[in-house]
Amino acid sequence: MSVFNIDVIDRAIVEATQGGLPLVPQPYHAVAERIGVPPEVVIHRLQAMQKRGIIRRIGAVPNHYALGYQANGMTVWDVLNDRADELGAMIGTLDFVTHCYRRPRRLPDWRYNLFAMVHGHDRTEVEAKAARIAEMLHPYCRAHTILYSTRILKKTGLRI
Amino acid sequence: MDATDRAIINSLQGGFPICERPYQAAAEQLGIGEDELLARLKHLLDDKILTRFGPMYQIERMGGAFSLAAMRVPEADFERVAAIVNAMPEVAHNYQRQHSLNMWFVLATETPDGIASAIAKIEAATGNRVINVPKEREYFVGARFVA
Repeated sequence: MSVFNIDVIDRAIVEATQGGLPLVPQPYHAVAERIGVPPEVVIHRLQAMQKRGIIRRIGAVPNHYALGYQANGMTVWDVLNDRADELGAMIGTLDFVTHCYRRPRRLPDWRYNLFAMVHGHDRTEVEAKAARIAEMLHPYCRAHTILYSTRILKKTGLRI
Repeated sequence: MDATDRAIINSLQGGFPICERPYQAAAEQLGIGEDELLARLKHLLDDKILTRFGPMYQIERMGGAFSLAAMRVPEADFERVAAIVNAMPEVAHNYQRQHSLNMWFVLATETPDGIASAIAKIEAATGNRVINVPKEREYFVGARFVA
């Protein structure tokens, strides 16, 4: 994709680091050398992208399967519209929720407006965690369910 | 994995500094040397316990349009439909899920119109109706995996 509203230097930095930082004592200098700009520019641009939220965080991205988190469930909740933001913000702070979004209902096919991705070592654990969410949402939640993924059909990741 | 590996994974899922010697700064926090942190990260990556070490970009913030969409695909037709959906460059992820809406995919396109035309293409090519549920709001996400 060549679709993004960032300049050529930011783009070069993203492309050089989205697969990971070099494992050398001065990784930002190594990136700078690779893309042909001074190290201060890389450091400054990364700081600016972090400030703008383009960089969510910097660090280790664990393979959750390797850490034993074998089950992942997309938990979906039908909550009162005027409570959705307040409740979403609360659910988003749970340490076992990796993503939490508000999405539109598509009646009659789809009634759920709050999505929270929950990871666990197995489905029992995912269900226990979903039960904790249910407690927090009570009495503003009318229905919920858990959609387990049974197969990854495609996973290219969002990359530029 | 020993206790030091676990400490690295648990404490370094964010907050890695942007400075001249970031590994040295992070190693100091962990009470180990820079060389040791580099060597351990290399092992954790080689052993695929970490998928990556570096910046996590929120690509949406750079522009472009994104959405999550779902379809109800008859089991007998599932592989054909999956092949059509997977072949589209606009589809970034696609998952089979246990639900009557059994195919869930993420669309990423240059413009909001691109999402609509990708959906129209998928509907025309597969004969299935697409339920489009774009993100309206994202809430603070605190996800950390404990090793």
